[in-house]
Amino acid sequence: MSLSVQGLTLRREGVAHLDDVELEFPRGRLTTVIGRTLAGKTTLLRTLAGLLTPDAGSIALDGRPIDDVPAWKRDVAMVYQQFINYPNLDVFENVAFPLRRRGVAEPELGNRVRATLAKVGLAEFQQRRPSQLSGGQQQRVALARALVRGAPILLLDEPVVNLDYKLREQIRSEFRGLLTSASGAIVVYTTTEPAEAMMLGDTVVVMHEGKVLQRGSPAEVFERPASATVAEVFSDPPMNFVDGRFDGGCITVAGAAPLAAAGGVSSLRPGDYRFGIRAKDVRIDAASPLSGRITFVEVSGSETFVQVDTPFGALTLQLEGIHDFSLGEPVPIALDPRRLFAFDRAGALVGAPSR
Amino acid sequence: MNHRLFVLGKYAAILLWSAFVVGPFLWALTTSFKTAAGVTGGPTYLPWLQYEPSVDGWRKLFGATGGIDIVRPYFDSIVVTTSASVISIVLGTLAAYGLSRFEYRAGFVKNADLVFFFVSQRIMPPIVLSIPFFLMLQFLDLLDTRLGLIIVYVALLLPIAVWIMVDFFNNVPREIDEMAMLDGCTPFGAFARVILPNSLPGIIVAGLFCLIFGWNDFFFAFTLTFTQTQLLPVAVVALNSSVTPWWSLSASALISVAPLVVIAFFVERLLSRGNLAGAIR
Repeated sequence: MSLSVQGLTLRREGVAHLDDVELEFPRGRLTTVIGRTLAGKTTLLRTLAGLLTPDAGSIALDGRPIDDVPAWKRDVAMVYQQFINYPNLDVFENVAFPLRRRGVAEPELGNRVRATLAKVGLAEFQQRRPSQLSGGQQQRVALARALVRGAPILLLDEPVVNLDYKLREQIRSEFRGLLTSASGAIVVYTTTEPAEAMMLGDTVVVMHEGKVLQRGSPAEVFERPASATVAEVFSDPPMNFVDGRFDGGCITVAGAAPLAAAGGVSSLRPGDYRFGIRAKDVRIDAASPLSGRITFVEVSGSETFVQVDTPFGALTLQLEGIHDFSLGEPVPIALDPRRLFAFDRAGALVGAPSR
Repeated sequence: MNHRLFVLGKYAAILLWSAFVVGPFLWALTTSFKTAAGVTGGPTYLPWLQYEPSVDGWRKLFGATGGIDIVRPYFDSIVVTTSASVISIVLGTLAAYGLSRFEYRAGFVKNADLVFFFVSQRIMPPIVLSIPFFLMLQFLDLLDTRLGLIIVYVALLLPIAVWIMVDFFNNVPREIDEMAMLDGCTPFGAFARVILPNSLPGIIVAGLFCLIFGWNDFFFAFTLTFTQTQLLPVAVVALNSSVTPWWSLSASALISVAPLVVIAFFVERLLSRGNLAGAIR
């Protein structure tokens, strides 16, 4: 029982928005689709909803093709990243709208609307117009409208991206509860943030330039990114990459002292590789022979992000706590060899840190 | 104290503005009850005290000798103007929605070119259009008929209706249409149930524009009708003789402006209901 997509391709003006996408979205599970902007996430959702017609490929629900079913008969609910509600209707009527279209009558209509509004915490705002609500509340109205009819397919297109940080955290944690309670529904949630995908998804799908690069559990994708691109997309801040050579025992990167290989990379065949390391695995270590100059510092919450210019390229460091650095300051840095990923010339993963 | 002064100033300003707006109406009203002697006798406003009131000016509008019968032209004007406006708004709104939401392409011609084509119909001065319109109506045997005028007015008003409404629809997010479709509306249902109610301010603006244009047009009413059909502005001109009958002209001015005042009154109520003004942010 699932929504399956085969060979889905959609091109517009020579650009592939979907490129031979094969996916399966099981019922009762939340799939997060992660990718940068223009990765094809929104196009995928709009195609699933029937708002876009693909050039090739097919979509089937529980084995039955739904390609010819128009959007208004597909029974798909969607929440947009913009807060889209009907401006001329109050909150109650906004949520009642899809039920009225389906001929649900009172008292069932009223009961369902009120129950859903209570679920999203808007019980007291039934008579308000969307324009009289805050952004977070408007998005909750949109979510309530998507949830109220119990659609078998629920699509959420970066629903929290336009909210401020605090609200995003709050709504995201509410979503988890609300979406998993949408029992038996196929839920697809797109995001650009790895943390969100980790927190929400049962399954993560990584997209890039219209292609599906990897599909798996969040932990799997995080620990074994299939390619350098996946590692970049599924790391925040993006993974650092350094071109280097492995000679069977040591890793040498341009202009730096050899590093004793350890962990997953020590079993590689000798040769040239692209090594990846996450920002939190690069440390400041006075004993390290490697050094660089600080080019950028940003304090975010209880962490400090530092960009360092080194002889082998720019590296981003994610340090615990708040640190005071000045720009141009030289710092000794150490790469943890046990935390290195290795990718071949084509970008495919060939070595990863042991779990 | 300051507050009291502010309120006082506010009311003074409102009073001044009201006098400015109402003044001409008052002038027309008093003049319409004057005779030649009353008009030439300097500025007078109080009947019986300053001048002897007379209903001759009004009688001349309703068939008295030397005057006209305004009832038929009035009726014709109402029929022609409202029909042309309603047709223009209905067709214009549908066309504008199509131009706003669907992509048309014929060679190098795209949506924006189509919209410009519509607007370009209004670039030509009326005098240029009058002869073709005359010949076309003659060919169709519609000269001097209400239907003929309605067709001409629709041709003139439709571009404006399309132009105003395209701009309005372009400002309504497409996602609202999509949302309505996902909620179970057909594309036309989404237009009728969701987009149209949210576009009411635009429709009202376009409708007002059409009504005012149709009601005030003199040129085409003058060139395309003769005896069977006559619109208000043309009928009023027939009042003129060697002596300008200010009293009858004032009366007809008041009668002519009455429907627009009534419409303005209701539209103002409607627009200030808040849900229309700024329905879409």
